[in-house]
Amino acid sequence: MNIIVCLKQVPGTTDVKIDPETNTLRREGIENVVNPFDTYALEEGIRLRERFGGKVTAISMGPPQAEGMLREAISCGADEAILISDRAFAGSDTLATSYTLSCAVNKIGDYDLVICGRQTIDGDTGQVGPELSEALGLPFVAYVSKINELADGKMTLERMVEDGHEVIETPLPAVITVVKEINVPRLPSLRGITRAKRAEIPVWTSGDLEVDDGRIGLTGSATWVVEIFFPQRIHRGEMLEGDPDGQVDALIEKLRELKIA
Amino acid sequence: MDYGLSEEQITLRDLARRIAEERILPVRAELDETEEFPWAIMKDLADSDMFRVFIPEEYDGLGGGCFELCVVVEELSRACGGVAVCYAASALGASAILLFGSEEQKQKYLPDIADGKRLAAFGLTEPTAGSDAGGIRTTAEKVSGGYLLNGTKQFITNGGEAEIYTIIALTDKAKGARGASALIVEKDTPGFTFGKKEKKMGIRTSATRELIFRDCLVPEENLISKEGAGFPMTMRVLDKSRPGIGAQAVGIAQGALDAAVDYTSQRIQFGHPIISLPVVQDKLADMATQIEAARLLVHGVARTVDSGAKNITAEASMAKVFASDVAMKVTVDAVQVCGGAGYMRDYPLEKMMRDAKITQIYEGSNEVLRNTIAVGLRKRKARRE
Repeated sequence: MNIIVCLKQVPGTTDVKIDPETNTLRREGIENVVNPFDTYALEEGIRLRERFGGKVTAISMGPPQAEGMLREAISCGADEAILISDRAFAGSDTLATSYTLSCAVNKIGDYDLVICGRQTIDGDTGQVGPELSEALGLPFVAYVSKINELADGKMTLERMVEDGHEVIETPLPAVITVVKEINVPRLPSLRGITRAKRAEIPVWTSGDLEVDDGRIGLTGSATWVVEIFFPQRIHRGEMLEGDPDGQVDALIEKLRELKIA
Repeated sequence: MDYGLSEEQITLRDLARRIAEERILPVRAELDETEEFPWAIMKDLADSDMFRVFIPEEYDGLGGGCFELCVVVEELSRACGGVAVCYAASALGASAILLFGSEEQKQKYLPDIADGKRLAAFGLTEPTAGSDAGGIRTTAEKVSGGYLLNGTKQFITNGGEAEIYTIIALTDKAKGARGASALIVEKDTPGFTFGKKEKKMGIRTSATRELIFRDCLVPEENLISKEGAGFPMTMRVLDKSRPGIGAQAVGIAQGALDAAVDYTSQRIQFGHPIISLPVVQDKLADMATQIEAARLLVHGVARTVDSGAKNITAEASMAKVFASDVAMKVTVDAVQVCGGAGYMRDYPLEKMMRDAKITQIYEGSNEVLRNTIAVGLRKRKARRE
């Protein structure tokens, strides 16, 4: 069973600043981590390989420094990793991203399953997984919490829905997104770290992927970020001043005015 | 401080630290409270190849030695001395096989220990034999097909959880300590049972049990080395394991210092964090200095062990005695500078103080080891004369 796992590098903090010029995240000086939801995708890929054999290929579309994250994926058990990186991909929205990823998945070929995290913690859209399945023309199951069986080119899995779990059977190849309930991701191993240090991580550019230039980067994006702002605080509390007795009197007066008391 | 670690050793330290912070720290208070054996963490350690660290490459290990073991034990102990000893005790249990076992014994047991599939343990102490290891009464009578074990081992770390035990028993009662031999006994051997899990002051997540042997037949091929070699073998095993206890003590002390610095930086009294008070600073400075000294002694002795040096009993004892005394003093002082918070079980310090105490007691009490060190001094003096 050959598995492709999609990973994204995200800022390792919620304390990010927005660049007012471009309305995008300021990533300088911020430590990057693997998108936490993607770590469950990687772990599930490794577990499936341990159960059924095959190999796990980790891919990421991002800047050159995402290579470090891919090495960590190898140190945790991925067999190989590919970085999809090109200035032409900059500014991609989820549509352009999923198109680009689909080109990479097709170039890898010979796969049975693509696993993504349910969403990223920076963009938070949850769109890349489903859009990727669309671009590949494959079945898609979101929010997978358990993989039960795999036989005869079909997979049975459970997905989380609001009021319980659905058991779903899908033919393979397929694309799934996973939730954190599916497993506890392992840490790197010492032998994995040694392997990761030596691993060659190919970088695939737009030329390598033979993409349609109109469908990548900003040009290929159907959405643009026009403005990013903090929501206005509409309800404001009022602080009462003065000594405790005075504050109590003022509070009672307010409640009377509002006809609450 | 530059500890002269190689690139591989830094990788090892960083990964052990990450396991400690991500997997041990969040559950250490609960493990202390419930006294449950940390199987999930043992699995994490196995998955990360930590049990391979002290096993040679030809038996699926990574070929490290005493030093690498100390690096891991210190990092784990920084978060929880109890979890660390479960790990270190497996190394101790493997040690006799590693040092004195036959090729067949090594092939049979070491790969599983390296893989973390099975934990190991070492069984020496008995109700009548602690510091006086010569007082053991468990017998291994030679019968057709092997040795018949009878007797009881006491306070055995990893007892009941480990699957591979190195047991010291008398094959010749008349010879006393010179009639002691080492045998490998697997869990589930008929006649081998366990007593209740002991309730301890500290390191409460670790398992300490009696091992009970009643006509337990152990195959002849499980004898390590030869009959009568048990006692000197034990001394060699302990020489190599004592720096590990030193590392455990250094880790506990470092964890306590870290917690004390955190707390005293945040605790405001008289308008200032109490870390700005000279009386607190004095204590913290002494704690930090003693920890560095202990760590360097442990590192130095561990490196000496790995160099293959002989007659290291005194040095190994010094590393264990000094570091454990430091751990006790540092944890007591850490509780003191944190005041009421140091004493409360919602904070980590009182546990560290309880955990530190055992390091002065096990693998040779500090009293008996001081005696050992002094005997070494007299021997040296005598040799010069």
